[in-house]
Amino acid sequence: MADITETRLQTKAPARRAKKIKWEAVGDHAILIAGALLMLVPVYMIFASSSWDDITLHREGLQFGFSDDMANNYNAALFEYGGFTDSVNGVTMLANSLILGLGFAIGKIIVGMMAAYAIVYFRLKFATLAFWMIFTTLLLPLEVRILPSYEVITWMNLGNTYTGLIVPLIASATATFFFRQFFRSIPEELIEAARIDGAGPVKFFIDILVPLSRTMIAAMFIIMFVFGWNQYLWPTLITTDESLFTLVRGIRQIMQAYADGSTTPEYGEAAALAIIAMTPPVLIVVFFQSWFVKGLTESDK
Amino acid sequence: MAQVTLDAVRKVYPNGVEALEASSFTVPDGELVVLVGPSGCGKSTLLRMVAGLEEITEGDLSIGDRVVNDVDPADRNIAMVFQNYALYPHMTVARNMGYGLKNRGIPKAEIEEKVREAAAMLNLSEFLDRRPSQLSGGQRQRVAMGRAIVRQPDLFLFDEPLSNLDAKLRNQMRIEIRALQRRLGTTAMYVTHDQVEAMTMADRIIVLNQGRIEQIGTPNEIYEHPASTFVASFMGAPPMNLLEAEAGQGRVTLADGEVVPGAAVNGHAGKITLGLRPEDVAPAPEGDLDFNVDIIEELGAQRLLHGQVGGQAFSVAVPKDQAAETGPMRLAVKPGAVHLFDAGHGRRL
Repeated sequence: MADITETRLQTKAPARRAKKIKWEAVGDHAILIAGALLMLVPVYMIFASSSWDDITLHREGLQFGFSDDMANNYNAALFEYGGFTDSVNGVTMLANSLILGLGFAIGKIIVGMMAAYAIVYFRLKFATLAFWMIFTTLLLPLEVRILPSYEVITWMNLGNTYTGLIVPLIASATATFFFRQFFRSIPEELIEAARIDGAGPVKFFIDILVPLSRTMIAAMFIIMFVFGWNQYLWPTLITTDESLFTLVRGIRQIMQAYADGSTTPEYGEAAALAIIAMTPPVLIVVFFQSWFVKGLTESDK
Repeated sequence: MAQVTLDAVRKVYPNGVEALEASSFTVPDGELVVLVGPSGCGKSTLLRMVAGLEEITEGDLSIGDRVVNDVDPADRNIAMVFQNYALYPHMTVARNMGYGLKNRGIPKAEIEEKVREAAAMLNLSEFLDRRPSQLSGGQRQRVAMGRAIVRQPDLFLFDEPLSNLDAKLRNQMRIEIRALQRRLGTTAMYVTHDQVEAMTMADRIIVLNQGRIEQIGTPNEIYEHPASTFVASFMGAPPMNLLEAEAGQGRVTLADGEVVPGAAVNGHAGKITLGLRPEDVAPAPEGDLDFNVDIIEELGAQRLLHGQVGGQAFSVAVPKDQAAETGPMRLAVKPGAVHLFDAGHGRRL
């Protein structure tokens, strides 16, 4: 009884009294808001700056307000050919980035899934050893092996090709690991039922495993796409042909282009390009985030 | 349609554990044979060997006239129903049922026809477009059955198919599976740890214990003439009372000196185990045994009196209309109801 009357009192209270402030909650929110601002303000500044002309940006730095050069800057960023050879514009770079991001993500997923499939479902002699060897490559990111990788790619004459850009990055311990964990959570009976139903290894993989993994695939795709999109060092190294430049590289190229010359660097265009470079990953995360959460948290369905 | 023959089939795991001792038996064409035993007795291993999911260490397994030791599960023409149904979660009911046919390259129209037929038989027609997650436990169980039926296999294998269902549904499905198997006339092997399922469904029961076949027989034979104390105590609820006793001079005496009437000693002497089913004794004022009732369990149709005979645990089942009280009473033993077992290895004498 006491409980009931108490809750009633409480629900009536806000009408007369001000709601009590929970100080712990305020602290939590303050930290979260500060964190969010730290992330968002620079993005906003770049966005605002992309509406200013180069000279102002050069003189006064990044801007908080908006000006009227936005259309100009974005138009230039997307469609104006630049670089030393005048062979690349924003759209080409966007396409290159997309090819790199997609190739990187799809390639990693395919390789990772197949590796995990072999490790989990086939009685290989050194499956565990193989898995842990793959796993330890997490400790060897591209940056560590960048010189030998570069050697190999040039030796194979794959410099300045999409293949050279994508393939060396595809082998993935992360994807293999995630898919391995996921495959192991799939009940044994499902495989046995499929065996009795006459599904061989390939059919089982395509008919059962791939559809069951689709949320997992989506989650991996998001992570890998963003990761591939943001690659900087490897594309810088492997592509000298400007028509293969990615957006992330292009931004720097614009800033640098005529920095030593008489013209002002095209800061406005660079800011616009930065915003363009940010958009696709953001869109992908926004549209696929429910899949993403599902893939990483749910084990089934 | 086919009979299944095991000839000295044995299973030893790579770590040296013998899951199944060399076992031989035949499942006649069209019969439903239940493999029953406690967990870890090797019944599932045996079934999985028949399915081809587990390798056979030694011996020959034939389905029909063909030795299938090295035949792929898909080519044995069997169908299996799993404990957790093992339905493909991303496929509709229809596709779940048709998947095995599709893999065998059967034309689409024919698959559809067969699936529709099976669905009608199982009252699943309206659920064909649903996913397994949208079905109840009983319906999922039926889909798993349907997946087995559409293939028109030589042999059904059931691996504890009802243990995930609630008690009421289990009773209902038990009857459905039995009726379906009869109607189709397909040979079936059914694994369970539930002795009620075994008794009610089987044409023939195989009782397993610790990787060894204890007894093979019809439910009636198993119940009336258990071959060992293990079978005696495993089959039947409440289980058979087992008492330590002494045989000699043509009669059986309990530890406290009471003589049990109607026991055919047949010249055995020394320590033996005496078995009496709870329903084979009845309270009677001028009975033969002294019984002290400690607890009365009401089961509805009958009452179970738990207590002691000659200092050993004992239970008696009485019909519901017979009053019972705690305290001492005398029991009469039904003639011919006494089972005698060797006290050492537990075999029937």
